[in-house]
Amino acid sequence: MKDTPLSNCERDFLLKAIAEKKRLDGRQTYDYRKMKITFGTDYGCCFVDLGKTRVMAQVSCELVPPKESRPNEGIMFFNIELSPMASPAFEQGRQSELSVKLNRQLERCLRNSKCIDTESLCVVSGEKVWQIRVDVHLLNHDGNLMDAASIAAITALCHFRRPDVGIQGDEVTVYSPEERDPIPLSIYHMPISVSFSFFQQGTYLLVDPSEREERVMDGLLMIAMNKHREICSIQSSGGIMLLKEQVMRCSKIASVKVSEITELISQALENDKKARKAGGRCGFAESMPQERITALKMDETPVEMTDVSDRANDVIQKAEAPPHTVPSPVVPVPGVGQVGQGLQNTWGLEEDDEEEENDNSGEEQEEKVTQMEEELHEKEESRGDVVEISDSEEEEVVILHPETPAPKNTGLSSHQKGAATSKKRQKK
Amino acid sequence: MFSSLKDKVGQVLLPGDEFSPETDDTISLTDHVKPEKVVCGPGLRRSGDRLLVCKSGVLRHKQPNMFWIDSQQRRYVPAKGETIIGIVTVKSGDVFKVDFGGSEQASLSYLAFEGATKRNRPNVQVGDLVFSQFIIANKDMEPELVCIDSSGRANGMGVFGGGGLLFSVSLGLVRRLLSPHSQVLADLQRLFPCELVVGMNGRVWVKSSSVQQTLVIANLLQSCDTMTAEQRQQLFRRVAQGAP
Repeated sequence: MKDTPLSNCERDFLLKAIAEKKRLDGRQTYDYRKMKITFGTDYGCCFVDLGKTRVMAQVSCELVPPKESRPNEGIMFFNIELSPMASPAFEQGRQSELSVKLNRQLERCLRNSKCIDTESLCVVSGEKVWQIRVDVHLLNHDGNLMDAASIAAITALCHFRRPDVGIQGDEVTVYSPEERDPIPLSIYHMPISVSFSFFQQGTYLLVDPSEREERVMDGLLMIAMNKHREICSIQSSGGIMLLKEQVMRCSKIASVKVSEITELISQALENDKKARKAGGRCGFAESMPQERITALKMDETPVEMTDVSDRANDVIQKAEAPPHTVPSPVVPVPGVGQVGQGLQNTWGLEEDDEEEENDNSGEEQEEKVTQMEEELHEKEESRGDVVEISDSEEEEVVILHPETPAPKNTGLSSHQKGAATSKKRQKK
Repeated sequence: MFSSLKDKVGQVLLPGDEFSPETDDTISLTDHVKPEKVVCGPGLRRSGDRLLVCKSGVLRHKQPNMFWIDSQQRRYVPAKGETIIGIVTVKSGDVFKVDFGGSEQASLSYLAFEGATKRNRPNVQVGDLVFSQFIIANKDMEPELVCIDSSGRANGMGVFGGGGLLFSVSLGLVRRLLSPHSQVLADLQRLFPCELVVGMNGRVWVKSSSVQQTLVIANLLQSCDTMTAEQRQQLFRRVAQGAP
């Protein structure tokens, strides 16, 4: 299926906006989109979200005979798949130009820069070496696939653990993850690619182009660098002429961005390590953002349902009779609400904590435990500031128009969770 | 069945739910019985004597007897009479091919513009935006568009679009924008003066006095898709205060 064509007015508008230094999503010229790195349950599975662009990388390993020309080095194999779910322009099975370009760039960025020690992947020289395979799948295309793919690939390689191997004379034993902890790959440095897009024959420059911006750009400059400011790979496509100063400026910007991104990757790897150690939940399901239209969500509370009716009857019989209720709330002064105390506290909670937090009035503590409606009444109460109900914690209690002696309960007596005011009074 | 449908108005239904006539529906032989008529809108389908739900969403009701399912989707399926924003992709001889986001491209004849004759061709280039309506839109034939109404007048349709921004939103938001007393539109009007073209295929074109304002409106509309009314009003208020 063909991609949506770009209309003339969109192109004109985008170029006009770029000329005024405005981007569609409000970013500045050198800003990256929000980047999020998460890991799957297996070692070596990594998801990278760059704005809406989503990429998954998976690393796997296998023992194979080495290449003849390099008998004591392991083999690295990279593959980028443009999945049709990423964009209607991608077709399954066909090796499009973009796919070839991305594959080549990723290989140059990671293989030629020798970021991984391939000699450490050798098991038996000339016979068995580890072949590390990195598969990058594009899940959503919203621009700047190269950056997202390179970040995903290097992060997955850092996250990956290969099985431990023991050599005793001629015998080689590969231990499973249960027998011996798998060991990480030895990685010298982390090359990360930064993409710059040029517009109007090199007049304007944008970092991290989104999909719309990529459609109207004249050319693209990709610089792969590591945090030690070493350039691993640099490529210019689109046929634009770039000045020396422009390339130098781009490399300076790239070094800043790469150090930020490397920081983010290390942070993500740290967090994942901590989570796995603590036995917390990690994996694909946790990394999915919860996009909900509904506003409220409450977790299910497990309720033990065995013999409910018997236990309920039991509880009712053993409980004390609820205190006397008044049919309607008594309002001492117009404009003020009466706060109910509810029933006696049957929860047996610790009273110490509650007493220590004695604020203005005992009602406030009730509010922390009771529901929202009572809070509203309490606010009315404090705003009124005219009367204080007799069983508050205040020293002086004045009721202006006492119609009845302080009523214990009001119509709100259905709340079970009233704090233990009776017990507090005893303490006094 | 009418009563069971009425009960579920406002609830979320899923494909597979069905409404069947109540088994204890007795029809009196002596009283005058009015036949119950239920008009099924989008998302509801009749199968035998049952009503099946085929889209997930909220059941809505309009007097006197119209029911439909309100669902969120972004993929547009063409329907006759709907006005859409299309992009001209191919100009071949007498016919333009227009992409509107559907499974195939629609055809638009060069004579389907106001005042167009064989000598006087309309000025349409590849990549232009056209606001047009479907005259043929079913699953068996290639869809066809026209830029005139039945009396031969343009009525707002035709080529447009210099200087604005085109973006896409969900179909639900587009319907809300086009409904008679639209809340979203009222809120938007209080913000900035702007020119808005809304296509029922989910595409919206906006043009305001400056690039910044156009971008703000585009981002606002794209983000208020899934917001409740208060959240949207809060967002608009924040923007109105932020803007000088």
